[in-house]
Amino acid sequence: MKSPRVLPGFPLALGYTLVYLALIVLIPLSAVFLKSATLSGEQFWTIISAPRVVSSYRISFGISLLAAAINTVFGLIFAWVLVRYRFPGRRIVDALVDLPFALPTAVAGIALTALYAGNGWLGQWLQLLGIKVAFTPLGILVALTFIGLPFVVRTVQPVLEDLDIELEEAAASLGADRWQTFLQVILPVLSPALLTGFALAFARAVGEYGSVIFIAGNVPLVSEITPLLIITKLEQYDYVGATAIAVVMLVFSFTLLFLINGLQIWTHRRHGRITG
Amino acid sequence: MSIRVQNIVKRFGAFVALDNVTLDFPSGELVGLLGPSGCGKTTLLRIIAGLEAPDSGQVFLDNHDASTADARERQVGFVFQHYALFRHMTVFDNVAFGLRVKPRRQRPGADEIRRRVQELLSLVQLDCLADRYPAQLSGGQRQRIALARALAVEPRVLLLDEPFGALDAKVRKELRRWLRQLHNALHITSIFVTHDQEEALEVSDRVVLMNRGRVEQMGAPDQVYEHPATPFVYGFLGAVNLFHGRINGYQLQVGEENLPLAENGFQSGTEALGFVRPHELDIDTDLASRAGIEARVERVLALGAMARIELTGAMGETTCHYEVELPRERAAVLKLSAGQIVRLKPARIRLFASDSQSAEQVPYLPVEHMVGGYGENI
Amino acid sequence: MSANVAARWTTQTRRFEKNAATREPAWVKAALMTVALLFFGLFLLLPLATVFAEALRKGWQVYFAALAEPDARSAMVLTLLVAAIAVPLNLIFGLAAAWAIAKFDFRGKQLLTTLIDLPFSVSPVIAGLIYVLIFGAQGWFGPWLIENDIKMIFAVPGLVLATVFVTFPFVARELIPLMQAQGREEEEAAIVLGASGWKTFWYVTLPNIKWGLIYGVVLCNARAMGEFGAVSVVSGHIRGRTNTLPLHVEILYNEYQFAAAFAVASLLALLALLTLIIKSFVEWQGRQSMHTSQNISEVIQ
Repeated sequence: MKSPRVLPGFPLALGYTLVYLALIVLIPLSAVFLKSATLSGEQFWTIISAPRVVSSYRISFGISLLAAAINTVFGLIFAWVLVRYRFPGRRIVDALVDLPFALPTAVAGIALTALYAGNGWLGQWLQLLGIKVAFTPLGILVALTFIGLPFVVRTVQPVLEDLDIELEEAAASLGADRWQTFLQVILPVLSPALLTGFALAFARAVGEYGSVIFIAGNVPLVSEITPLLIITKLEQYDYVGATAIAVVMLVFSFTLLFLINGLQIWTHRRHGRITG
Repeated sequence: MSIRVQNIVKRFGAFVALDNVTLDFPSGELVGLLGPSGCGKTTLLRIIAGLEAPDSGQVFLDNHDASTADARERQVGFVFQHYALFRHMTVFDNVAFGLRVKPRRQRPGADEIRRRVQELLSLVQLDCLADRYPAQLSGGQRQRIALARALAVEPRVLLLDEPFGALDAKVRKELRRWLRQLHNALHITSIFVTHDQEEALEVSDRVVLMNRGRVEQMGAPDQVYEHPATPFVYGFLGAVNLFHGRINGYQLQVGEENLPLAENGFQSGTEALGFVRPHELDIDTDLASRAGIEARVERVLALGAMARIELTGAMGETTCHYEVELPRERAAVLKLSAGQIVRLKPARIRLFASDSQSAEQVPYLPVEHMVGGYGENI
Repeated sequence: MSANVAARWTTQTRRFEKNAATREPAWVKAALMTVALLFFGLFLLLPLATVFAEALRKGWQVYFAALAEPDARSAMVLTLLVAAIAVPLNLIFGLAAAWAIAKFDFRGKQLLTTLIDLPFSVSPVIAGLIYVLIFGAQGWFGPWLIENDIKMIFAVPGLVLATVFVTFPFVARELIPLMQAQGREEEEAAIVLGASGWKTFWYVTLPNIKWGLIYGVVLCNARAMGEFGAVSVVSGHIRGRTNTLPLHVEILYNEYQFAAAFAVASLLALLALLTLIIKSFVEWQGRQSMHTSQNISEVIQ
């Protein structure tokens, strides 16, 4: 027996969703895998394990990991200060946290470069200390930290806001000092959100292009990121080479996406809320 | 308008929400669908409204098969458990909604809509709140607005899902009386779902008791209370004492002791369950008597005209809990005290074969209902 | 309205500060504030200030000249055009997807939700690459497109496609959780009262999701106008023809016209600030209505 749905529009809405998703996302993405399938296993391996490519993985993944870790620590402090302390301009600070989301990456890239270049506002002082940021891997770290910042703050902040004050009062009444309360009561509640924020920042950093290329210097084997390598190959009309590297990145980001999703579902089941 | 549901079956995955339910709701009556949560009562209501489609079976409205009709075409007024008021609209706009979305040809003019809405708002005694938003209303007020909104489209049937479930006890009582009066004035066929037996018995013309997707009994409130058809109904409506035993002629043998039976439709040797209401039990302090069952007084509560006595008895290995209700004077004569051993003598025992399917779940019900249920309110 | 919420926010914070059980020692608080604000200054405030400082380094005349230049003007027009096509497309998609996912139950719902998020986890560079593989000269449709003299890559359609891809999830991802949280009862009530599907959507659903919708559209628009990596791959950097504002910034920068590059960049930075202002405004509105519905549930319980 046909079971009519009460609310209308299901076939239309779902049909449109699926067709649009297939046309814009799924079919084009499958092009990458189909194209790379024209390569033999050996050819594929040769491309993706060339020294210059492997060094770009090391730079992209390694620095992204570091940037995400920095963001996890500072993002937590940032979220804490925003939720727990009153200070003038708090609302403006809160709004500006999302700047890296809203600011076009190219603008962020040239701004950071100007800031950290040898004659820049920060660069000139750092140079006196013997630290070079712009046009070195350190510059990549600065750019990736910038673009990843909102992820951790914005995943941790709502959880912290919803945290029941009574939990902490209970801990205090049981004799825990503030640090013990933080480590044993607050942090465990926050940790799924922290982990999600970390993973989101990491995923974003690995694929980032615009804000990095201006400040990186783009020296092969030293400060060349994987997305740039794809562009370089494309500009040399080496579509196959570009595609093979893209496959590696896609497989990585899809794995991460499913992990993040799994993490959120798990958190939701366990705590009855989504931290994302 | 009369409603008839016939052989309705509804499954959610492996869970059977409605198991071949057939029911007649006579025209103009207010019927209470009563049962524990998960018994399928809300699902049945939603199927009648067309908000849910049954896996099989039919719904007849006024003897016309409405099974395939759209929820919009059924002209059913539905009051949702949490009211589902449109939170971005004022009270007035909420009530007017059903009139305003009618096709242009059937839509009343703006003045007519205003008049009708005002009329309904005064019917629910909230005319002064027309410009408020739902968030600014109390729970009871929301409830009444939801009802006014449902009535605005002049439904042929009114369906209410746990209409008082979300309200506190005092408001609930007031609204209950008010709904009864409203129904007396409008005489629109109405069904409401509740898990509160007191509510169902007090408000409805007729009560339908449901359990595990099946109808256990349908009848007038006093009829189902006085003559429960199944052990489930017995246990669900009011407090009850259970005696597990074996039929022995005109006696129910419970452990070592025997309870006399006035009537007996069972063969000797049958395992049976005896049901006795707390007010049908008497207490005998004379331990020499062999009649009744031995029990120990745990607590005596004298509240109002009645005294409630809680007792325990040993049934082999297990401890049984009993509850007795006596007139206060009688309790005073007995001079009961905690720890005292007494004998319990039932005035009337209702018997059910203990292998009957629904009997198995009954033993879990009584104690819960002794505490917060019908008993304390009568 | 929002003042109300701000007050509530402050009250909540004050509760933590006053309560001895939830208060940190003063030096800890000072240290945390210093670290956070230093981080804020270094990573957010300074880069933003740099954009405007560099843009105005050579004076207002140079600044306006850079913006008035024909290539800059055509980049602005192209950026607006691309956003004007991409944002409505993703808006309609977001509404359809949220309606299907939030208001109905079906198999594979979780998978579908994950797939909608897919473009967020794909590097923008790859987002450009996939369209080159399909429509480029060596791509699937390349020969056919050349035969029929249709330009997709290194032309506007390619820019639009790449932009649609990178902004794909924005609206849907805002609306799905919002509509799921609101449930189906209000829509069911409207249907029982006789409203048609469109009327139900228009009068009941849409007013309830309007802030979420605006939020999603604003973020989608910001990304559409500011996208760099993906459009960089498909644009071909033809000045005055296929350069959007971010690409124009890059060209000027690489030609060492720093003041002009930052002038154009300051335009995009202003767009970002405007986005943040609208975004925080919408958030306060959203919090307000969330608090209202919380009040409702408090009364209900």
